[in-house]
Amino acid sequence: MSLLEVSGLGISFGGLRAVDGVGFTARPGEVTSIIGPNGAGKTTLFNLVSGVYIADAGAVRIAGREVTGLPPHRLARAGMARTFQNLRVFPQMTALENVMTGCHMAERAGLLAGLFGLPGSRAETARSREAAAAALTRTGLGALAGREAAALSYGQLKRLEIARALVTGCSILLLDEPAAGCNAVETREIDDLIHAIAGEGRTVVLIEHDMRLVMRISARILVLDQGRRIAEGAPEEIRENPRVIEAYLGAHGAAEARAAHA
Amino acid sequence: MTLGPGTRTFLVFAALVVLGALVFPSSFFYRVGTLVWINTLAVTGMVVLLGYVGLVSLGHAGFFAIGAYATALLPQYGVPSGLAMLAGAAGAALLAALIGRPILKLSGYYLAIATLGLGMLIWMVLSKEAWLTGGPDGMTVTGFSARNLLKSVGITLKTAEAWYWLCGAVATLGAVLAVNLGQSSAGRAFRAIHDSDVAAASLGVDVARAKSAAFVISAVYAAVAGALLALANGYITPDAGGFMHSVELVTMAVLGGAASVYGALVGALILTALPQVLTVFAEYEHMVLGAIMVGTMIAMRRGLVPALAGLLARRRAARRAGRLARRVS
Ligand SMILES: Nc1ncnc2c1ncn2[C@@H]1O[C@H](COP(=O)(O)OP(=O)(O)OP(=O)(O)O)[C@@H](O)[C@H]1O
Ligand SMILES: [Mg+2]
Repeated sequence: MSLLEVSGLGISFGGLRAVDGVGFTARPGEVTSIIGPNGAGKTTLFNLVSGVYIADAGAVRIAGREVTGLPPHRLARAGMARTFQNLRVFPQMTALENVMTGCHMAERAGLLAGLFGLPGSRAETARSREAAAAALTRTGLGALAGREAAALSYGQLKRLEIARALVTGCSILLLDEPAAGCNAVETREIDDLIHAIAGEGRTVVLIEHDMRLVMRISARILVLDQGRRIAEGAPEEIRENPRVIEAYLGAHGAAEARAAHA
Repeated sequence: MTLGPGTRTFLVFAALVVLGALVFPSSFFYRVGTLVWINTLAVTGMVVLLGYVGLVSLGHAGFFAIGAYATALLPQYGVPSGLAMLAGAAGAALLAALIGRPILKLSGYYLAIATLGLGMLIWMVLSKEAWLTGGPDGMTVTGFSARNLLKSVGITLKTAEAWYWLCGAVATLGAVLAVNLGQSSAGRAFRAIHDSDVAAASLGVDVARAKSAAFVISAVYAAVAGALLALANGYITPDAGGFMHSVELVTMAVLGGAASVYGALVGALILTALPQVLTVFAEYEHMVLGAIMVGTMIAMRRGLVPALAGLLARRRAARRAGRLARRVS
């Protein structure tokens, strides 16, 4: 059974149909990847699914429940979390505080409890601190907990966003180019991390340009070009699909894909 | 043992209140000190709104005036001053909650203009409804004496001193609450919104609700500060709710550093005390203040307190590095 079902989503920016009737499904415990050339509409699709943009067509369902048009914070409560291609960390907070913010939904203390520093509010903050520290360790950032986020490297910030999304307890995780700007070692670490996250039974949707990573890790792959879906299937099928090779791999990726194949 | 941020804030503020009382030579100093604490309280509200969440309000003097006039008016109908003050705070909170929802959808200068309009509206009502408020001439405020209050608990002080201690205590409480808030779930959500409301929402933060909450809290701070000013001065004019006062509150917050309550204190101290000192050079007063503002914004955009804290941290790091280098060589 798929947990996330997306059907016929569309949006236009001025005259540009950035996403046009795109649908896909994603299952728990699997990585579903979205690939396509620059400007294909991958990030826009994430923004539609996560409620940042309002779709003018189509529907999103989580566990069969229609969630189309819900604002982002309601989707988060329905179990969806995401990272951002163009980092959206909180630069003035420490790495630890960034991740603690991801615990927001588990925190129950009200404003007054917070103002007066009541024991309930303090205990809750201590719990969030522990959960955040564990998530930082898991993403390999344990040693940087007290560092201001603004002082972290690009690759570290990418992982910080993953840690922050993980502590929400999400059942669906949307990752927008988590390995961008990472070296080979870091990419390998991200690979393992995503594998482990899916292994916990979470539904992972991945946008990624690194074909080796995508081919290795994905159960299903959706290929977009100019806002439209041009192919969908298992990695082997996508690799062989002539439309995909033409639209996406043809120019610069074919060699890379063949290398991954070998 | 390390102290929690709330405790540390309490100790620093309490120590400064005491320090003032130890060095002040005359009632005049106590009166200026009282004003500093009242402004610190109002500016602490701006720290929550501007420093934590990143929203600019140019209308907070309106809430300040609501607190002040409630405390001036209600006792005339038999309401005790303490209750009148609470009613003023509640009224400001209610107005902030009602008006906050629609205008907090706006951002940047649109929000600034909307809050400016709100402040103007309140100021206009206070100026025009002379039958109730005495109009531009203002009104006297009676019915409460800090001196008698302290006397009832066995402390005998001069009137100016009593107000100083009372306002210092309330400002200290206000600072501790704001620091507690910053360390809480809501405070983290506020600061997250400051940096990216899209990311905050993606983590389940109801951004509209959080902004509204911060607006209400800051309005209550302003209203309580207004009530204290009305009581301490014994009279109040509509200018307490005027545009210039709103600008002053924002300026104090930005000058000291809007991100912390220490910034609120430093900003309030400089912009309250300096004009008193500068009256000697009356002609240059505005020039000097203006120059300080422009200079701060050019050299230390995050405000005085963060800039100085950063400088100290760098010094300490350099000294440590120096010591290490000597040991190595
Ligand atoms: N907010 C927006 N306003 C106008 N145009 C937009 C907006 N967001 C995206 N677009 C346009 O929609 C198209 C798809 O962009 P999108 O960012 O989704 O591509 P992408 O597949 O994520 O590309 P990349 O691989 O470079 O990240 C592009 O032409 C882009 O310029
Ligand atoms: Mg993209």
